[in-house]
Amino acid sequence: METVNIMIVGVGGQGSLLASKMLGHLLVAQGYDVKVSEVHGMSQRGGSVVTYVRFGDKVYSPIIDKGEADFIVSFELLEAARWIEYLKPTGTIVTNTQEMEPMPVIAGLAKYPENLVEKMGALGVTVDAMDCLALAEQAGSPKAVNMVLMGRLSHYFPDIPAEAWQASLEANVPPKVLDLNKVAFALGQQG
Amino acid sequence: MRELMLGNKAVARGLYEAGCCVISSYPGTPSTEITEEAAKYPEIYCEWAPNEKVALEVAHGAAVGGRRAACCMKHVGLNVAADPLFTISYQGVESGLVICVADDPGMFSSQNEQDSRHYAIAAKVPMLEPSDSQEALDFAKRAFALSEEYHTPILLRMCTRISHSQSIVERGERHEVPKKEYHKDPQRVMMTTNSLKAHYRVEERTKAMTELAETTDLNRTELGEDRSVGIITSSTTYQYVREVFGEKASVLKLGLSWPMPVQKIRDFAAQVDKVLVIEELEPIIENHCRQIGVEVTGKEVIPMVDELTQGVVARSLGRDPKPTLTLADEIPGRPPVMCAGCPHRGVFYALSKNKCMVYGDIGCYTLGVMPPLNAMDLNICMGASCSGLHGFNLAGGADHEKHSVAVIGDSTFAHSGITGITDIAYNRSNSTVIILDNSITGMTGHQQNPTTGKTLRGDPAGKIDLEALCHAVGFDRVRVVDPNQLKETEKVLKEELAAEEPSVIITRSPCVMLKSVKKAPPLQVVAENCNGCGLCMKIGCPALTLPKSKGVVEIDRTQCVGCRQCMQMCHRDALVV
Repeated sequence: METVNIMIVGVGGQGSLLASKMLGHLLVAQGYDVKVSEVHGMSQRGGSVVTYVRFGDKVYSPIIDKGEADFIVSFELLEAARWIEYLKPTGTIVTNTQEMEPMPVIAGLAKYPENLVEKMGALGVTVDAMDCLALAEQAGSPKAVNMVLMGRLSHYFPDIPAEAWQASLEANVPPKVLDLNKVAFALGQQG
Repeated sequence: MRELMLGNKAVARGLYEAGCCVISSYPGTPSTEITEEAAKYPEIYCEWAPNEKVALEVAHGAAVGGRRAACCMKHVGLNVAADPLFTISYQGVESGLVICVADDPGMFSSQNEQDSRHYAIAAKVPMLEPSDSQEALDFAKRAFALSEEYHTPILLRMCTRISHSQSIVERGERHEVPKKEYHKDPQRVMMTTNSLKAHYRVEERTKAMTELAETTDLNRTELGEDRSVGIITSSTTYQYVREVFGEKASVLKLGLSWPMPVQKIRDFAAQVDKVLVIEELEPIIENHCRQIGVEVTGKEVIPMVDELTQGVVARSLGRDPKPTLTLADEIPGRPPVMCAGCPHRGVFYALSKNKCMVYGDIGCYTLGVMPPLNAMDLNICMGASCSGLHGFNLAGGADHEKHSVAVIGDSTFAHSGITGITDIAYNRSNSTVIILDNSITGMTGHQQNPTTGKTLRGDPAGKIDLEALCHAVGFDRVRVVDPNQLKETEKVLKEELAAEEPSVIITRSPCVMLKSVKKAPPLQVVAENCNGCGLCMKIGCPALTLPKSKGVVEIDRTQCVGCRQCMQMCHRDALVV
C-alpha cells in the first residue's frame, strides 16, 4: 500500500503530542511500518506546532513535505489554513473551528482571516469542521479536544476496527481521565 | 517486541543495553530526552552538570575510573566541551566513552546551524551517525564497543529529525560490563613528550579506523537496479534519498561518518555512471570524495542552508514540485511567546518602558524580543550577556551604562554567567546584570540545575545561593525583586542603572508552568469599567485579547493563571481577582 500521511497541527500546549502518541500506537498495533515526527523546544511556547504521522508497508522519511499530506488534523482554524500548502489537492482537513489569536493579531499588527472554512472548501478539498472545544467541554474537559479530533479522524479509516481505536485510547490516556476521553472520542466520531 | 520509539529514547536504551553506568549532560534541544530517558534506568547514574565542558570531563573521569560513561549535549554544547574533547582524544580511554551530540539543521530551537561533523575531523574523534531509531539504539551500543577496541571516545551524531522522530525498534537486554581496575600510568599526563607520543597514537588510531571504515557494516553499499547514478549519504538524509529515488537506486550509506573509507567509495563510484553526494549542511562527504579523486556532484545543487527534506532533495535535482494549494489570505505568523503568567514578562515590560539596551542570553526569555515588548537587542551564546554587556559599556561609557542591562536565566547563569559577572566585578565595570531566577531550566522542558536544590531525579541536592555568590565574586549591590510586582521591579531597575558601580538584580519568581506552582484562578473583566484603552495589552500576555468588535478586553480562562501583572497596568479597575 502507498504511505498515508497525516499532519497534526495546532498551537503549542493544545495536546497534539498525546494525539500523535495514540495514533502511532494504533498504527503499530495494526502491523504497519510507522514514523512519527514532532518538534520540541522553542516552538512549543504557544507557537505553531506540527506533528507528522506516516504509515504504510515501508516508510522512509519521518517528515511530510508540501503537497504530500492526505489529512490535516487541526486543533485550531488558522493552523489548518497555515499548513494547507502541505495538503494533497485531493486531501481532507479535519479541523476544530476554535480560533486562537496569535500574538501579531493580539498586538494589532495583523488580521485573523475570516471565513476560513468556506475558503478552504472552495479549493476543492474536503473540510470536516466542528466545534471540538464545545464537544470536549460537553465530555467534561476543554483539554479533550485531541480525543474529539481523533474520534472524527477514525471515520476516515473504516478498515481499522473500532476496538483497536479504543485499545489505543486506553493505552495512552491516564486512567483517571479515561472515561471523559472516551466520551470525547465518541462525540467526535458522531460529529 | 516491535514498538515505536523516539530517537533520543532509543539512544538511551542503547546506552543502557551497552552497560553504561554514568551519564553527565547539560540539557539542550534536541538532545535533552536522551539523558531524561536514561535516568529512568536505576542502573545508570545520571546527572545534569552545570555545562557541557563539566559534563564531558565527568564522563571522561568515569571512563578513566573504569566504567562505561556517556555525555549528551546539543551541537552548540560541543563548542563548550571542545576544550576537553581535543585532549581526551589524545589521552584515549580504557572504558568506553560515548559523546552524544544533537545537531539542529533548520534551527528549530538553536542560534546557529553548525555541523558537528567538523568536530570529528578537528578533534580526530570517530563519529557514528544513525538514520532512524533502531540505528540510534544499535549505534549507541556499537559506539561503546568501538570506543574500547580503539581506545577512543566516540561521537554519536544525532539531528533534530532523528532525535525527535519515532520509528519502530526491537529492544535487547542489558549487558553488564564489570568495572575495570584503575592503574596509574604517567603517560596520561598530557605534557610535552607524552602529548607528542599521544598525537602519534591518534594518527595510528585514525589509520586503523579508516581500515575499519572499509569493511564495517556500519557503512553499507546498497547497489540497486539503477546504476545511472550512485548516491552517497548519511543520517536522516538517507531516508529522504530513499523516499525520492525508491528501492532501485544505488546508495552508499555512511554510518561511520568519520574517518571515512577511501577504497569503498572508489569501488562504489566505479560501479555507477556518476556520483551524487546528498548531505545536510556542510559538504563533508563531498570534500572527502574530491580529496580521494572521486568526481562528485554535491553542494552545486544541494542546499547548504536549512534542513533537507524529500521535497528539497527532489526540487534541487530539477524534479517538478508536487502540486499544492494556496489561500489568497495572508496567514498571520504564530511565533512562540512567553507563556501567560510568565514572571519574565514583568522584567521585560520594565526594560521596554525604559528603552533599555538589552543584551540577551539563551533561554525562554529570548522571547522578550517579540512584540509588543521588543525588549532584546542581541544574544550570542550561553553567558555572553554578562561579558558582552561589559564590553558594550567599555565602548560607550556612561552613555551606555545608564541604559543597558544583561538578562540571563538561572540555569544559563550557572552554565556560563559566573565567569562573566566575575569579570564585571573584578574590573569594576559599571554594568547591571539581571538574573532571571525562575528556579528551573525552562526552555528545554523543566530540568533541574545547580540553583534549584534538586537533582535530575528530583532528589535533594546542593544549591547555589545566588546572592552570596554575587557578593563573593565582588558585587556590593545585589538586589532581589519579585518581577510580578511591576512598580517595584521598575524602581529597582532605575536605581541600579543609576548606581555608579557593578550591580546584580535577581528577579525571583518560579516558572508558572511548574507543577509545583499553584495557579491562582483566572482574573475577571469588569466590562463596564473597561474603555478599551489597550494599556493592559502592552505587556503582551497571550491570555489577553481586545477584539475590535467588542471594544473591551477579554481573558482566555484556559490560559490565565492569575499572575495579576495586567491588573497593575489598568487604571480603571477593569481587571479584578
